[in-house]
Order: sequence, then structure tokens, then C-alpha cells
Amino acid sequence: MSGLLVLEQCLNGLQFGVMLFLMAAGLTLVFGIMNLVNLAHGSLYMVGAYLATAAFGWTGSFLLALLFALVATLAVGMVVEVVALRTLYERDHLDQVLATFGLILFFNEAVAIVWGRAALFTTVPRALAGHVRLLPGLSYPAYRAVIILVGLAVALLLWVVVSRTRLGMLIRAGASNRTMVAALGVNIRLLYTVVFGFGAALAGLGGVMAGPIYTVLPGMGEEILIQVFVVIVIGGIGSIRGALVGAVVVGMVDTLGRAFLKPMLSTVIGPSAADNAGPALASMLIYILMAAVLYFRPRGLFPAVRS
Amino acid sequence: MDSRARRATLAAGFLGLALVPVVALVANQPFYLDLFRRIMIFAIAAVSLDLILGFGGMVSFGHAAYLGLGAYAVAIPAFYGIDSGLVQWTLAMALSGAVALVIGAVSLRTSGVSFIMITLAFAQMLYYLGISITAWGADDGMRLARRSQFGLLDLTNPYAFYYVVLGVLVALLWLGHQLIHARFGTVVRAARSNEARMQAIGFSTFRYKLAAFVIAGAVCGLAGALLANQTEYLTPSYMHWTRSGDIMVMVILGGMGTLFGPVLGAIALLLLEDLLSAWTVHWQVVLGPLLVLVVLYGRGGLYGLLAGGDRRG
Repeated sequence: MSGLLVLEQCLNGLQFGVMLFLMAAGLTLVFGIMNLVNLAHGSLYMVGAYLATAAFGWTGSFLLALLFALVATLAVGMVVEVVALRTLYERDHLDQVLATFGLILFFNEAVAIVWGRAALFTTVPRALAGHVRLLPGLSYPAYRAVIILVGLAVALLLWVVVSRTRLGMLIRAGASNRTMVAALGVNIRLLYTVVFGFGAALAGLGGVMAGPIYTVLPGMGEEILIQVFVVIVIGGIGSIRGALVGAVVVGMVDTLGRAFLKPMLSTVIGPSAADNAGPALASMLIYILMAAVLYFRPRGLFPAVRS
Repeated sequence: MDSRARRATLAAGFLGLALVPVVALVANQPFYLDLFRRIMIFAIAAVSLDLILGFGGMVSFGHAAYLGLGAYAVAIPAFYGIDSGLVQWTLAMALSGAVALVIGAVSLRTSGVSFIMITLAFAQMLYYLGISITAWGADDGMRLARRSQFGLLDLTNPYAFYYVVLGVLVALLWLGHQLIHARFGTVVRAARSNEARMQAIGFSTFRYKLAAFVIAGAVCGLAGALLANQTEYLTPSYMHWTRSGDIMVMVILGGMGTLFGPVLGAIALLLLEDLLSAWTVHWQVVLGPLLVLVVLYGRGGLYGLLAGGDRRG
């Protein structure tokens, strides 16, 4: 295997990592502030992917589709928060898991009613259909390169918002002592709804970008959600920095494992055994990583400080 | 409802379960035999989950993994020509118990949300492992050549199989009752209500919780062995995370921290699924919001209603 191939797979790993980060950021923020385990976060990702695919079909403009899907997932997230989740903040995690499990069943089936159970396919927008030349001999799909840039930009923006703005100050204050923030006269319910909508829009953005490169089908949200759980557990629940580090690590390990484990194993145990063991081991790699991290750091790499 | 009336209701319920084959035979509706056998198999799985969830306070969201392992332990030996039920069912319990030991040893280092996420992730890992092994059917699964063989006892006879499942369920409830009220069960329950105090008076709560986790896994493995015989089919989707969610819903719906609650929950959820799916193919769009409502407004579960008060605790 050549160095360029490894570099290309590293970029793929980074691209998958930033997708995971878009999901993990919202999930960890909602948990850190509202103490809510939201299994339905993956459903918002799915809703984003479906709405963007549909809107891209109607308008022919990816940019319009993106805007539409972002606004719509923001709205869906806020409605779900107000209607169902708001009453769950004070409940134990078990109740939250069950109620959001119910929401997943609802969303998956609702999507299947509107668009059917078969996978939808959509194309990369024409402007980004080509390749960019990064190094002599290494050209990389422009669309995937844009995903990496958008993901990193969102991470930067999130850092600025959380650490440099008034909203971010409220978010940090709410995470460390919500009773005190409410006592100081902040409308905490509104803050919660805004944060939830914000997280939903991030998941929606992930879904919009996933549409053209992965398949859009009911249940797509849970596939990524469980990997996002791995990210959050590795990074430390409630920590945005942990989510970023965890996402990139998981994205890299998963992608590189799938690409190189089989050829590497075949030099050790022979090609026919590697044909079976390679993919099996590659699909288990991130969970083994998670177990290893937990063994040494039970609270993750960057444990969030909570009062 | 006082405890005598409740006991009478429960006895009537089990008599009802015992009479299902008779009714199915008289009404010439073999479908009901099949449905209630399936319900009881899931009731066994739900009771096993409740041993750790309700009594031990361990919110495991990956319980379907053991259901799948139990099914594999029947189907793979059968695939290679070993169809002794004794071997298969023992293997099912040993294998799921062993896997529960590994998963528990890692997951029990954490608690709360991390525990929920980790158990879910491990179960999903086994699911992906199942769909990537092409020799054993990958995601298409494979047919079970023959049901488990027990000499004279013939599981291909639907009535005999029904009473075997009922027998396992009743035995489990009896053993579960003994276990919960034994010293071991008392320690596990005490660790749920105040772990720090239990540690302070000298109990290694980790070991007790891990032992409970392994027992629950092994029992669910037996349910998996029964399920493989029920469907005569093996598919990795037995381990899918939605299945774990279903089992958890049965426990909560019926009433967690009780032995009979999960049985009621399994009956209620699977009958509801059956009714709704007869009405529309999109039954999950109804079931989902219904679950949300149950969580928001129904406390204590069905057993709580039967017992006339909040039985959680």
C-alpha cells in the first residue's frame, strides 16, 4: 500500500469523523445542559437527510435544499422539545430512553409512510461533482473535501459561540448550575428550547451532507447514532472538546480499519481466513477501542465537570 | 387489591396461559398457540432483564445480544449436525453468560448514561459481527434444520413445545423469587438503593452486580434458544438494538422491580403489536407516541394497576 493511499483513507476518516462530530456536538450539549439522553437525535439527522433530498428534487438547488432542511430540522427539534421532551428533564434516564425510543419508532415509520421504505438516492451537487488536486498524484472528491471544511468550520464556530458570546455564557452557566441561572432571572425554558433546536439543526446539517454519499433510508439515524454514542463515551459525556477528539479518533479508526485490516491480516493468517476475519474485526474495532478507553478512563478522555 | 386477591388473579392468569392450547385446539386456531408461545419466550427475556434493571438498577440497553447468542448456540451446532437439545441449551446459557461476564466487567465500571450507551454499543457490536460472518448466514440468516432434540420429548409437536416454554417460565419465576429474597438478591437490591453504604459495610457491590448481570444474560440466552426453536430460523436481527428496546418496554410497561410485571408487559406489548399490525402496516406510527404517553403518564406499569398502587421500589 502506498503512502498516498493511506493519506486518502486518512482524509476519508477525517470526513467521517466530522460527520460524527456534527451529531455528537448536539447530543453532548443537550445532555450536558438539560441532562437529557436523547435517542431520537438520530431521527433528526434522518429528517434532515430526507427533507434535503426532497427539496433538492423540487428546486434543483442544493443550497436552497440545505437552507430549507436546516430551518425545518430546527423547527422539528423545537416542536419535539416543547411537545414531548420538556417534561422529561426531571425524570430519570430510563424514562428518557423509553420516550425517545417511542419517538424513533414514530419518525422512522412516518418517513416510511411519506417516502416509502426503499432507499432514496440523490446526487452530489454539480458544482462539487469533481475532484480537487491536493498533492501531485492525490486528487480527492470535492464534495468530501467540502464536508471536512464545513465540519471544521462548525467546530470553530461552536467554540466561538460557547466561549465568546452571551448565549454561550448562558449555556456554560446552565450546564454547571441550572438552579442558580434560573434564580438570576434567565428564561431557562426558552434557553433549553433554543439549545435543543440548535443541536437538532446540527444533526440536520449532518443528514443533509450525508444524503449524497450514504443511502437515505428509514433507520439511517440509528446506525450513526450508536457510533456517536461510542464517540461521546470515549470523549467524555457533556464535553464538546471530548466530542471533537472522540469523533476524529473514531472516524479514523473505523475507516482505516475497514480499509487496511484485511490486507494486513492476510499477510499474517493467509488471504482466505482474512476474508472472513478482516471485515468482522473491522466492524468491531471502535467498540474494542471504547472498551479499552473505558478500562483506563471510566469517565472518558475529557470528563466534563458537573456540579 | 389485597395480596390474596392479587394472588388469585395471578393464579387465574397462569391457568389461562395453561389453557391456551385447549382453546386453540377447540377453536381450531393454531395461530394463538404460536402467538402465546412467542409471548412467553419474550416474557422469559423480559423477566431476565428485570432481574438487573428493576432489582439491580442496571439499565442495560443491550439485552437482545444474549437473545441472539442463545439463538446462535442452537442454530450453529444444528448446522454442523449436533441437534441434542441438552448440548444446545447448555451452550446457549454458557455462551451468553460468558459474554455477559465480559460486557459486564467493562460496563459496570461506569454507571448512569454511560452504562446505557455502552451496553447498547456492545450489543450492536455483536449484531455487526453477526451480519459479517458469511459462513453462518450473514444478514440473511439461516434456517434451522431441526428443532432441538430431547429424546422422547418432541418439540416439533406444538403442544409439547408450548408446555416446555410455559414450564421454563414458571420455573424462572419461582427461581427468581428465591433468588431475590436470598442473601444474594438482598445485597443486589440494597446496592441499587444505596451503593456507597453497602460498600462501607464491606460488600464488594461490583462482584454482586456482575454476578446478577451474568445470571440475567444466561437466562436471556435460554430465551434465545427457545426463540430459535420457535421461529426455526436464525437471523442477526434478534440482536438488533430495537429488540433490546422492545424487551425494555415490556419491563417498564408491565412494572419494573416485580417478577410478574414483565410477563404482563410482554403479553400487553405483543398483543398490542398484533392488533395494530392487523389494522395497518404502519402500526409503529401509533405505537411510538403511545409509548411516549405511557412514559409520561403511566407510572408503576400494569402490575402497579393490578396491585392498586405504586409497586416500584
